[in-house]
Amino acid sequence: MLVATAVSSSSVVLVGTVFLACAVEMVEALTIVIAVGHTRGWRSAFEGTVVALAVLSALVGAFGPALVHVPLTTLRLIVGGVLLIFGMQWLRKAILRSSGLKAKHDEDAIYEATVAQLRASGVERGRDQTAFVLAFKGVFLEGLEVVVAVLTLGTSAHRLGLAMVVAAIAIVVVGVIGAIVAKQLSSVPENAMKMAVGILLVSFGTFWTGEGLKVRWPGGDTTLLVFVALYGLVTWLLVAMLRRNDVLARPVATS
Amino acid sequence: MSKYSSAPLRLLKAFGRFWWDFLIGDTPELFVAALVIIGAIALVSDVGHFNGVAIVLLPLMAVLALVLSLARAKRASRKE
Repeated sequence: MLVATAVSSSSVVLVGTVFLACAVEMVEALTIVIAVGHTRGWRSAFEGTVVALAVLSALVGAFGPALVHVPLTTLRLIVGGVLLIFGMQWLRKAILRSSGLKAKHDEDAIYEATVAQLRASGVERGRDQTAFVLAFKGVFLEGLEVVVAVLTLGTSAHRLGLAMVVAAIAIVVVGVIGAIVAKQLSSVPENAMKMAVGILLVSFGTFWTGEGLKVRWPGGDTTLLVFVALYGLVTWLLVAMLRRNDVLARPVATS
Repeated sequence: MSKYSSAPLRLLKAFGRFWWDFLIGDTPELFVAALVIIGAIALVSDVGHFNGVAIVLLPLMAVLALVLSLARAKRASRKE
């Protein structure tokens, strides 16, 4: 019973992390693809997206099975270290944005910038190479982060199949919603999602770095949930402290 | 070197740049912190066999790294 609870709790955390990470990156990629499609036609945007997805699938196909053969302790140490860095980067950025020290990721601004870039480059005859490259780069670069997250999280948890299915569901869900709402992707609470992913990635990073270094966690896999709660609390405190300091640092207006 | 023969080199450069941006980027302190954490926990847990210390030290060091990186970002934002 206890084992079943531990397995299901780590699976739930894995599913949540992969889904949110994929959804956040998909929103960013979709913004670029929609901008390209609206400005230069959907054919080149679609072709660039499909080619990028094919290359990403090939990368998963090439590296996924190979990673399974790496000894689990070594894999968890490397993956733990990578996730610790990656997670702290995401969390740092999300905390800075929440506290107002950094501008929030603005999908509307990115959309407008992409449209302006495409309009400035002029219309091309035949296949629109600029549009193709822009859609390809947008999907490939954002997708590469998804591939790294899915491969590292999936192989370390010995649930690569589950991670891939969840990633595919996230991509389809965001894709369908994106197609319906089109240009309203800015209404997606991206920073909150990024903060949640950051907390989850740092939790996995801490857990697997420890496992890779032969730390025996009390409670086994359920320790992950303790880390999620701990980093969640730390994040909340840091945002509150930075906001308070920011308010105190502002000069008081005198009448 | 022709345009075509440098293609693998460009690919290798792009691959290296991706990992550089991915792991280091504009937060080299977090990369260094992760290495320090791994080194410290390896000493405490793997060499010293102090499991209890490692359990507390690992998340504590991660929180400290995050706080220091945020303090650095805050200092930088004040200078701007």
